[in-house]
Amino acid sequence: MAQRRPPAFYALATVFGLFVLFLYGPMLTIIVLSFQGPTGGLTFPLHGVSTHWFVRLWGGLGVVDIWAAFGRSLKLGAVVMMLTVLISLLAGYAFRRRFRGSAFVFYTAVASLIVPSIIVSLGIAVEFRLLDALIRWAAESAGLAGLVDGFTTSAGTFTSGLGAHLTWTLPFGLLIMFAVFNRFDRRYEEAARDLGATPRQTFRHVVLPLIAPSLVGIALFGFTLSWDEAARSSQALGADQNTLPLELTGLTTTVTNPEIYALGTVTTGVSFAVIVVSLLLIRALQRRRA
Amino acid sequence: MERIHRRLSGLIAPAAVPYWQVAPLAGVFAVFFLLPLAITVAVSFWRYTEYSMSPALVGDNYASVFAGCLAELPALCVTFKTYVSTLKFCLLVWLVTLVLGFTVAYFLAFHVRSLTWQTVLFLLCTIPFWTSNVIRMISWVPLLGRNGLVNTVLVASGAVPAPLEWLLFSDFAVVLAFVHLYTMFMIVPIFNSMSRIDRALLEAARDAGASAWQTVWNVVVPLSRPGLVIGSIFVVTLVMGDYVTIGVMGGQQIASVGKIIQVELSYLQFPLAAANAVVLLGAVLAIICTMTRLVDLRREL
Repeated sequence: MAQRRPPAFYALATVFGLFVLFLYGPMLTIIVLSFQGPTGGLTFPLHGVSTHWFVRLWGGLGVVDIWAAFGRSLKLGAVVMMLTVLISLLAGYAFRRRFRGSAFVFYTAVASLIVPSIIVSLGIAVEFRLLDALIRWAAESAGLAGLVDGFTTSAGTFTSGLGAHLTWTLPFGLLIMFAVFNRFDRRYEEAARDLGATPRQTFRHVVLPLIAPSLVGIALFGFTLSWDEAARSSQALGADQNTLPLELTGLTTTVTNPEIYALGTVTTGVSFAVIVVSLLLIRALQRRRA
Repeated sequence: MERIHRRLSGLIAPAAVPYWQVAPLAGVFAVFFLLPLAITVAVSFWRYTEYSMSPALVGDNYASVFAGCLAELPALCVTFKTYVSTLKFCLLVWLVTLVLGFTVAYFLAFHVRSLTWQTVLFLLCTIPFWTSNVIRMISWVPLLGRNGLVNTVLVASGAVPAPLEWLLFSDFAVVLAFVHLYTMFMIVPIFNSMSRIDRALLEAARDAGASAWQTVWNVVVPLSRPGLVIGSIFVVTLVMGDYVTIGVMGGQQIASVGKIIQVELSYLQFPLAAANAVVLLGAVLAIICTMTRLVDLRREL
């Protein structure tokens, strides 16, 4: 058991350690720098330690309504998360049986992951412009032009934006469901059925407890991928409906003080809170299962 | 009448169940992926003016994408130059993430013995993936900037006389950020392939007298092939279509195909942007086909 580690172990462990440092080092720097003193700048050294930049951030970032974007991203993330879990779970069930077109649906999902985001975003943007034109044309030819007087666009956070995010989160959800059901022991279901459980009861009391940790995993992907998404929604949101990552991308060129680091720390804080809660939940569910 | 009856009962029959179960997923992809792609292809043949676009079937947009590309040869036109630049990033990022991702995955799969540690270290690699990409890009600024940590240390130690300018807002910064963001797309599929390799094969190789390197090269690499290919496809396509990373890390000064599309969209030149998107899509598909084919060829040899 107590086999001696080969020399290669130490070399590889060093590479791994450096890689982890490379992953987390920069993130730590901006977290540290966001507590920069009031006279401090974008780089080291620290001029004292303060929450000055967080206080300023709380007051807003000039012309950009950053907290509106923050709220929009949070709400969108929550909706994307719920829909991703629900739709992936249903689709995961579907793929346990043979059905016509299953290969097509599967490859479409994979393609959605691989096709460059800017192309998907462009397509959705044009699609909704054409839809807008269609709505106006339909209303006018029906003699109801008054109805669309105030109408500007059907694109928005929870129409085109939501769709754009789902094309990015659903493939991950589906792949996780594949992994889950590939390893799933069908005998549990058969046993439940033999004992007289209805399909509904089998799902509620047998399948759901077994796959619950994976569903939390899908929820984690759903929220975080939406929370951080920039390229796919860039063209697919309504006017002045930017999400937080999009505002952030714009701010990289305009904000030249540690406020942007404070915003980065807050954003990363939200991600980490979600990650930690999810991982703890997964562990608790796995314990209960065992 | 009988047919209608059969139809109706077909809807509730068990055979119909997978169809309604997959319907929401299929619906989302149909409305927000397939239809937009089809519209993009169609619109790339439309005409446009400063404020509107109109249905047509003209090649004008493609002509302006490739304007002067043949006439200027051997000099490169803007489109070719941009593709060469983007492909260069692809190649560099691919090589670095491939080697790094393989090394990390190999360490996790074959040198970390306890399952708990394997899970913990694997999570350590994945957690940054769940945090914001833009923040992860910005976080290089205090390290690589003109007055950043790296330059301060280099100048103070006398290694360089003046701060290095090429650390940030440069090709170097772009490649670094890509590696930082996307190595995880290599690690996960490669690790997945590696964890399926039967450990007895490695022992057999060792017993047959293979060195550690020979075992890696002749046993582990071929058996990790699916993971290597999947990871490569991810990394290459992510870099090909990128404009956010190249924009932020290149200080908005480096051209990329995605950036061209984004700029055209900001001028509402939808048909032109669509033509560029179709060309980009073609290029990405060609690369993916070559990759999968290269791999299949090797299998046959």
